[in-house]
Amino acid sequence: MASTEEIRSSLAEIVNEIAGIPVEDVQLDKSFTDDLDVDSLSMVEVVVAAEEKFTVKIPDDEVKNLKTVGDAVAFIERAQNG
Amino acid sequence: MSKTRVVITGLGATTPLGGDVSSTWEGLLAGRSGAKRLTADWVENLAVQIAAPAAVEPTDVLERVKARRLDRNAQFAVVAAREAWADAGLADAGLDLERLGVAVASGIGGLHTTLANYDALKVNPRRVSPLAIPMLMPNSAAAYVSLEFGAKAGVHTPVSACASGTEAIALALDQIRLGRADVVLAGGTEGSIHPLPLAAFGQMMALSKRNDEPEKASRPWDVDRDGFLLGEGAGILVLESYEHAVARGAKIYAELAGAGISADGHDIAQPDPTGSGARRAMERALAEGDLTAADIFHINAHATSTPQGDIAESLAIRQALGKEADHAIATAPKSMIGHLLGAAGAVESVATVLALHHRVSPPTINLDKLDDRIELDVATEQRKLPDGDIAALNNSFGFGGHNAALAFKTV
Repeated sequence: MASTEEIRSSLAEIVNEIAGIPVEDVQLDKSFTDDLDVDSLSMVEVVVAAEEKFTVKIPDDEVKNLKTVGDAVAFIERAQNG
Repeated sequence: MSKTRVVITGLGATTPLGGDVSSTWEGLLAGRSGAKRLTADWVENLAVQIAAPAAVEPTDVLERVKARRLDRNAQFAVVAAREAWADAGLADAGLDLERLGVAVASGIGGLHTTLANYDALKVNPRRVSPLAIPMLMPNSAAAYVSLEFGAKAGVHTPVSACASGTEAIALALDQIRLGRADVVLAGGTEGSIHPLPLAAFGQMMALSKRNDEPEKASRPWDVDRDGFLLGEGAGILVLESYEHAVARGAKIYAELAGAGISADGHDIAQPDPTGSGARRAMERALAEGDLTAADIFHINAHATSTPQGDIAESLAIRQALGKEADHAIATAPKSMIGHLLGAAGAVESVATVLALHHRVSPPTINLDKLDDRIELDVATEQRKLPDGDIAALNNSFGFGGHNAALAFKTV
């Protein structure tokens, strides 16, 4: 299984591609909206790209709970292990 | 009641001849063609394999993240609007943004986005972009131009096929004369070089099939013309009340004296062969601008290089100007840049304004033998325009029977 750091790093590349945020800024404690300025439409793009990248399903209802990069990484880890 | 005077204080363009106004203008004066044989895989089965693509890819100019949120259609508009904004010196003008309007038209809108997302949908609906609607809606380009500069007066997108760009400028003139705005970014944009429009316009028999000689395909008024050449790009003009322009010491290229709008009421695709709708548009533009036929020395014709359209327009010009048409030089930029659909009238308004400003008519190329039904003085080399107060017309007509004419004059 991918490590936490591997997931964070891949997710950072997705966020960079979609929203132009430098990959080094995409750290576990960062809020997508407050710190990284990822708007709600871009967040949908990030979620869809993450689903394809990590072969997981992220239900629409779950997206609102993914406030920080760490929340998203943890969700992906659980989904991959589940 | 005297009309508010409206002047042009900034120009922006990205076209098949260049990524800005100066390169486009140089290309027009030099009689250079922007036509190319297309090389993409998808052209193979098409009857029409030529077009006039933009000389500069908008994605090479715009910031990467910005570009990916904009359809090609809006990308061109933002590129041209940034140039017009800078040219007019608006960044440091202390503008009241609630008095800044936008009128940016498109004939087709976000076509690439629409079709790419339909392809994605067929694979998996989850792959449809959450940005698809904001990118494909016809007002997307106007909206993104307004966001670029924070415009808070009206933001408009008139849609009238190939008359759209000209109609947007007419609408902008109205907004200033009605007192709704002091400054309006006005023009049109189009990014529709894609197999679907090439096939669809081709099925209408509207496009030139001169695949082996793309640079000779667009030949307005020539006996051997066989249809138009599809182009892409954008043109944006800064329209401003004369009073506002003078108060901030802006440079003034020309004045937009009047606009004329009419409809043929004849057919969805064919022009009225008598040219009466086009004639009325020109007559109204002159009347609104307090001009007469004697004032017109330069005509930027719609002249798309279709067998019927070019003749109907020539008739209309003769009817509108009468004998005074003898001293007006007719020019057809579409011979060089092709037909930019909803952007055509805007890019050609930029050319018309520069023709008055520099007092020179650009040439019309590929005119080897003038169709003897065309009664116009066409310049095949660039020609000097006279000194003194002179005026020019810019015509645009669109499928649906839309006619729009603008009357510009020297200041």
